Amino acid sequence: MPKINFIEHDGTRHEVEGETGSTVMETALRNDIGGIVAECGGSCTCATCLVHVDEGWFEKTGGPSPEENDMLDSAFEVKPTSRLSCQIKVSDELDGLVVYTPAYQGR
Amino acid sequence: MSETIKTDVLIIGAGPIGLFAVFELGLLDVKAHLVDILDKVGGQCAELYPEKPIYDIPGIPIITGHGLTDALMQQIKPFGPVFHLGEMILKVEKLGDAQFRVFTDRDKTFECKCVVVAAGGGSFQPKRPPINGIEAYEDKSVFYAVRKMEAFRGKKLVIVGGGDSALDWTLNLQPIAERVTLVHRRDEFRGAPDSVNKMRALVASGDMDLKIGQVAALEGDNGQLIAASVKGKEATDRIECDAMLPFFGLTMKLGPVAEWGIKMEDELIPVDTAAFETSIPGIFAIGDINTYPGKLKLILSGFHEAALMSQKAYHYVYPEKRLVFQYTTSSTNLQKKLGVA
Repeated sequence: MPKINFIEHDGTRHEVEGETGSTVMETALRNDIGGIVAECGGSCTCATCLVHVDEGWFEKTGGPSPEENDMLDSAFEVKPTSRLSCQIKVSDELDGLVVYTPAYQGR
Repeated sequence: MSETIKTDVLIIGAGPIGLFAVFELGLLDVKAHLVDILDKVGGQCAELYPEKPIYDIPGIPIITGHGLTDALMQQIKPFGPVFHLGEMILKVEKLGDAQFRVFTDRDKTFECKCVVVAAGGGSFQPKRPPINGIEAYEDKSVFYAVRKMEAFRGKKLVIVGGGDSALDWTLNLQPIAERVTLVHRRDEFRGAPDSVNKMRALVASGDMDLKIGQVAALEGDNGQLIAASVKGKEATDRIECDAMLPFFGLTMKLGPVAEWGIKMEDELIPVDTAAFETSIPGIFAIGDINTYPGKLKLILSGFHEAALMSQKAYHYVYPEKRLVFQYTTSSTNLQKKLGVA
């Protein structure tokens, strides 16, 4: 199974197994990763599962869809590689993915 | 002036569960008023996933949050529920047996026999940007809502956001403010195209400013803003302002529920599963906000909870009467209430 690396704002690093077809957000919740709220449960309507994708991985995850980009307007400290983790699907291609979780998701 | 409204039951929260509670109470001749902090009914269905499909409503293979809300509104129409939207309950006071007084943040007072907390994840409140020291400015020169436009007359305003709230207030306040600067993270706006065009025209004619970037720091004294620093792609700009209005959408916060004297457990309200009553007799909790062994946060569970709650609430409202259980399919009495017989 693809490995996903979450790095929390304080530097705490978690390497966890992601299930192909599930989302990075779901992977985070299943593994109690700090910094992911996911209030809307993955509907791309709350912007509380923001992650900053490691620059080296951004080409593979790709950028946000227009709908997701609209939701990023409701997130904070958005960077060029920021994504909503509920919109990134885990795949073999993303084995080793590195994402950073923010200190604050709006609540 | 405070206004006192008398009703049988006050339902806090007009999400799907609060709405369906009107139906179950209505069948038993129990009248309800509903209060919700949102300016619309539907709760999370309206705020978080209006266009998203829900697949687990019994008998309805697929329906959107918006569709479910509309259907529930139609279903409860015969019972004439009264809505108080855009209001938050601040305090619930027990006066005696089956007697409560409830206060809203808009100076309204309710007197009721039962209170039904159907508040889901709590109250939707504006997201607060993580800017150092912003707390000191809140309600003095940083505002998450506009209550009185006049308060901004002649002021230099920074409005932040790219949705309809930010655009609408930009357009509404621009004529009376000294200067409006709209700050947004990108040069694309998700708000209504007409509003975007109007805003762009004002920028083109030099009547307002648009800055692409994110507010990084605030400068001021004693709660009074003097300037906001906006970090753009290349440079950071300092924008002088008297007030800032950030619009980053809403997030669910528990809110004042915790202060009403009801026993809480991890931000949830424990209830019995016979009537979904809380630690205070006459106050019920249904839907996502309650907890009990085996609880599932599903709309269908909330519907069931509303039905059982209503059976007990009936006895608080009509202590002398006996309740005879009836089916809508066969009871002419119930069908009359529904307006179909």
